[in-house]
Amino acid sequence: MNTTEAHDWTTVIDSADGWYMPDLRGVWQYRDLVMLFVHRDTVANYKQSLLGPLWFVIQPLVTTLVFTIVFGGIVSIPTDGLSPFLFYFAGVLCWQYFASNVSRTSDTLTLNAALYSKVYFPRLVTPVSTVISNLIVFGIQFAVFVAILSVFMFRGAPVHPSISLLLLPLLLLQIIACALGLGLILSTLTTRYRDLSYMLGYVMQLWMYATPIVYPLSQVPDKWLWLFYLNPMTAIVQMFRHFLLGGEAPGIWMMSYSIAVSTLAIGLGLVLFTRVERTFMDTI
Amino acid sequence: MSEAVISVEAVTKKYRLGVINHNTFRGELQSWWARRRGLSDPNLEIGKSPLANGTMFKALEDITFEVRAGETVGIIGKNGAGKSTLLKILSRVASPNKGRVRIRGRVSSLLEVGTGFHPELTGRENVYLNGAILGMSRDEIRRKFDEIVAFAEIAEFIDTPVKRYSSGMYVRLAFAVAAHLEPEILIVDEVLAVGDYEFQRKCLGKMKDVRTDGRTVLFVSHNMTAVNNLCARSILLEKGRVLADGPTADVTRTYLGMSQMRTHSHWRFADPSNGSKRAYFREAFILDADNESREAYELTQDFQIGLRYRLKEPLRGLTVGLQIISEENNETLISLTDAELDRSRLETREAGDYVAYVRVPAHILNTGTYSLRVGLSKGRQEIFDVVEGLNFRIIDSVGIVMFIGFDRKGSLLSLQLPWRLEKEPGLAAHPNPEVRKSQSAK
Repeated sequence: MNTTEAHDWTTVIDSADGWYMPDLRGVWQYRDLVMLFVHRDTVANYKQSLLGPLWFVIQPLVTTLVFTIVFGGIVSIPTDGLSPFLFYFAGVLCWQYFASNVSRTSDTLTLNAALYSKVYFPRLVTPVSTVISNLIVFGIQFAVFVAILSVFMFRGAPVHPSISLLLLPLLLLQIIACALGLGLILSTLTTRYRDLSYMLGYVMQLWMYATPIVYPLSQVPDKWLWLFYLNPMTAIVQMFRHFLLGGEAPGIWMMSYSIAVSTLAIGLGLVLFTRVERTFMDTI
Repeated sequence: MSEAVISVEAVTKKYRLGVINHNTFRGELQSWWARRRGLSDPNLEIGKSPLANGTMFKALEDITFEVRAGETVGIIGKNGAGKSTLLKILSRVASPNKGRVRIRGRVSSLLEVGTGFHPELTGRENVYLNGAILGMSRDEIRRKFDEIVAFAEIAEFIDTPVKRYSSGMYVRLAFAVAAHLEPEILIVDEVLAVGDYEFQRKCLGKMKDVRTDGRTVLFVSHNMTAVNNLCARSILLEKGRVLADGPTADVTRTYLGMSQMRTHSHWRFADPSNGSKRAYFREAFILDADNESREAYELTQDFQIGLRYRLKEPLRGLTVGLQIISEENNETLISLTDAELDRSRLETREAGDYVAYVRVPAHILNTGTYSLRVGLSKGRQEIFDVVEGLNFRIIDSVGIVMFIGFDRKGSLLSLQLPWRLEKEPGLAAHPNPEVRKSQSAK
């Protein structure tokens, strides 16, 4: 057919084999759907519960409290001279946003298989909306954190939020890149290996203890330091605490490495996801 | 002619049969470890080579067609012919293995109504969500919102979570959203089979509106009446290939012919090539109580024999006759002509095509194989056409004589006649039945 040039085809569906560019423009075109998914996730989540959106706040608060009692009170791990409660809260806040992004995007393809088999929309819409719903939760938690922080500062606690706090959105972007990238890679794998999703819960928990959340990096013995330098979350958590509480900032190399890993993760995640989203329906 | 809005070029879609995915990481590791050590794969079925596992099934093979703007095209075919796969590819839900599909304009496909409805959300929230999933923008939904609610007839429940809806309300709302899509191309998969009769009529009306608006519709259905009503053109799929593509009337005829070919009780006869016959049979068929042609007919149900014939010239005194012959003993059990109860049929019949039907009541033919012999003749003098050896079977799935230990009545015919049972009044009964009757009446 040589009428091709005369036509401006809006959609060309080629065979499934091969690599394609991620459909980012499609996600933008479907931004209304993204926001409706966000609405669905947030509203449907608390509609059935007694305390509703309060859970978003209770969960990190309780975790922080437990950490403060166990690691700060009983085991007495030093927290670089920062208030233990704020030290743990900041760590928990940062980690939970990362972890919930990873775990909730990692089952995108399997969880939505029924929907995907009935109607087409850019598949990336689903994980992107998940990240945004999580961001709303993070926002609520962050507001609570700021409120508590103000009380602590008013009472003269030794915390010094740095002016670089204005860079927080960039740091969040990095967390998203790293978490979403990882989640997308995992979601392509879970279409083949269902048991990966069972493993993920444990892995994330272990990963948390391998990241300076319940202890500062300064307490890590030298022989283990390499492990922490390899972990991209080390720099992110350090930077997060630095922004909010004025703790020690991570080194430039450590930060660059972390940014590089996050970029790699999101790149690889998008490419893999774009390839698998076209064919996974045939294997499920 | 308007330009093509859908172009399907040599599309092939294969599915793997006998899935080789282990689905668990452990299984895959086991297989890998075994292969590494040169052992047999513990996850492979015994007696199968690793390569033989997973034969490919071609759901679509080399499909090519074009649809022009404003056309309404029906896609028909038997189950497994590839209709749904084609629909999925056009809806971008599945990808082809070979070939290319190009589409101009926005496509909305209704493979299911209520896709993505969330039970916890209210009717209103679900309208927005479902609309967006189907490709509408928020503004578009806002504009049509009142219309959608009115169409679904659930105005007072619109702010109730849909989990409290009755299934009828749920489906009505879901269809209402779908019906208010305004895509350039609409792909519909038999969603009309929902709701009550009133609502179905409303839906069909809506489909017709879409068509008259000059938009393109692809309609997949088993319902030949709906396809005939809605679509000017149809595409017939068979075993993943396009078997026919053209005006719906022609394609449905091919389809119906095709589905009866397999059943042995529909016969088609080639027209006499030299034109020597003045009258000849074109088709013979047997229909069961549901007007379906089958390979075997139930003893407990009436069936009809239809004979389609053509007169090349007006004929006087023509009769259509048939005989049913038992294959078991070659006895003619039934012999009929179409004029025996209606003498007026002997008058001149115009040239043209005719179909003659005769109904054979249930419980006459016993189970077994029969042969049909049909003829067109004028009295005994002139025989225009005779066809013999059209075999069909009578079966008895009900088992009318099973309860007395037989699988079949031991007679030529399978008549069931009512009996009357009386208890004798006593030893003094009179031998004459007439007297006995008058005695019992007293």
